[in-house]
Amino acid sequence: MSDRVDELSEEERHTEEERRQVGSGDGRRAATPEIHTAVRTSDAEHSRQARENVFELRDVGVAYSGKPAVAEVSMDIHRNDITALIGPSGCGKSTLLRSLNRMNDLIPTASVSGTVLYHDQDLYGPGVDPVEVRKRIGMVFQKPNPFPKSIKENVAFGPKILGMKDIEDRVERALKSAALWDEVKNRLDENAYGMSGGQQQRLCIARCLAVDPDVILMDEPCSALDPISTGKIEDLMMDLKERYSIVIVTHNMQQAARVSDRTAFLIVELDEEEARQGRLIEYDETEKIFTTPTDQRTEDYVSGKVG
Amino acid sequence: MSTPEAIAPGAPDLRSGPRKERIKDRAFRVAMLFCLAVALATLVALVAQVAVKGAGSLSGHFFTDYASSFPENAGIRAALLGTLWLMGVCAAFIIPVGVATAVYLEEYADGTKWWNRFIEVNIQNLAAVPSIIYGILGLAFLVRGPFGMGRVVLAGGLTLALLVLPVVIIAAREAIRAVPPSIREGSMALGATQWQTIWKQVLPAAVPGIATGVILALSRAIGETAPLILVGAPIFIAFDPTGLNSDFTVLPLQAFNWISQPQSEFKDLAAAAILVLLGVLLLMNALAIWLRNRYQQRW
Repeated sequence: MSDRVDELSEEERHTEEERRQVGSGDGRRAATPEIHTAVRTSDAEHSRQARENVFELRDVGVAYSGKPAVAEVSMDIHRNDITALIGPSGCGKSTLLRSLNRMNDLIPTASVSGTVLYHDQDLYGPGVDPVEVRKRIGMVFQKPNPFPKSIKENVAFGPKILGMKDIEDRVERALKSAALWDEVKNRLDENAYGMSGGQQQRLCIARCLAVDPDVILMDEPCSALDPISTGKIEDLMMDLKERYSIVIVTHNMQQAARVSDRTAFLIVELDEEEARQGRLIEYDETEKIFTTPTDQRTEDYVSGKVG
Repeated sequence: MSTPEAIAPGAPDLRSGPRKERIKDRAFRVAMLFCLAVALATLVALVAQVAVKGAGSLSGHFFTDYASSFPENAGIRAALLGTLWLMGVCAAFIIPVGVATAVYLEEYADGTKWWNRFIEVNIQNLAAVPSIIYGILGLAFLVRGPFGMGRVVLAGGLTLALLVLPVVIIAAREAIRAVPPSIREGSMALGATQWQTIWKQVLPAAVPGIATGVILALSRAIGETAPLILVGAPIFIAFDPTGLNSDFTVLPLQAFNWISQPQSEFKDLAAAAILVLLGVLLLMNALAIWLRNRYQQRW
């Protein structure tokens, strides 16, 4: 394990070539996602048994100042799937999501227990650089957070700081992938704050795509948007999953049902000391979660009996 | 106007409350307006008096002539240049040091550690220390003492810089804090390091606020007299400052000198020098306001 970790942190820049080497250490990753390549995985390869995992969570818990927010989560997240995390407020789904690209590191009081394997490498292992992790695992936030710069500079920021070449091409490809190009191609130099909320959120997705990530984490990306913008983002997610793995936290059960392949249901539990913490109740194919869940609590939640 | 009979029994009475309360309300408002008027009238009277006395002395040669023992020949050339030199030194010191301190305190310092809280409290306190204390500091450490620079531009500029540094730090911290955390998260999530995030996202977004703070700090420094008297800046200078190691005088010192002369012509010159100082101050504040309005980012 440690050899592979070193390989990850020593790696200069994550060109496709280098990334393939990191992934091929265990021979399980066939290729790396690229923004512009066509569909790579056929439906036959999607057969449920042979699914490749991007993440394997083993007994993962996150605590703030020693108080657990979410605990004992074990689940495998498949490559090129859209995986939804649903559950009531305070169940720790956002917290769990943020532990997948080490964004929790930015909160000084947060601590992660258990093991998060990303392509079989321990994300929290010694020598792993959170900056390297975040280059590969991008994130889209609840509230659109464009930088106070022009549309073009917003998308170009990631590639620039990572020392990538052909910035202009990347900007165009990323905006096209985010289905935004036609709307903004004539005003690339305008400030991003002049865009609508939905456009801003697609800009944030484009910004994330511009650095060729492997996984995109989305933290309630549509909760601040109107239904039309939400529909556009959902369509976009369906396109993107051909090339990326997506994990999405959502409050909106219909959204999880519409877009995701697998769904994890978390709830808030009170432990012996009356402290609230989130737990994973059920994790399965989305269709099963919404039609024939095994746990009564899941059924109550997805059928709207409890909210 | 409805009469009391018009209100149906049981309906709420919306007419105004007791007369006594209304009078109190009115009286309080008048009292506040009166206080405002007193403050404004004092200011207007001061400025008007200076303007009347000084306007006659404002002429081309007033700006281009050196100080002289003949009032009709005297000008502010050396003082104006000295002021500009001092502001340059001051800005060159407070911008990097002030911004770096603010970045450390806002972005890196762990607020739960006692030494960081100690630094914070002390910066707040330093902002309230009388300027003459900084004069003593400048005299003891810069002019004499360990640095022994003598009473030169560099020593004067650094003394003023120390004086206004806390103001810059506080303003820069506020500007940095006003950049929402979501911008930092967005940047970090792309794989930017903390330094890249600060340098490329946080600081550019905070520049208008920082610039405003720096200008306001400089406009405080420009009018300071006491610390420079203590530092021992010469008052009578008849040559241009040539560099950091040059002797210098500044506008407030020049005015101070003229006012203490017995001839009334010199008092008029002092008024004219004050007018120039006021003009420069107003320009700087106008620039600060313009910067703030022009580049202010609404999140």
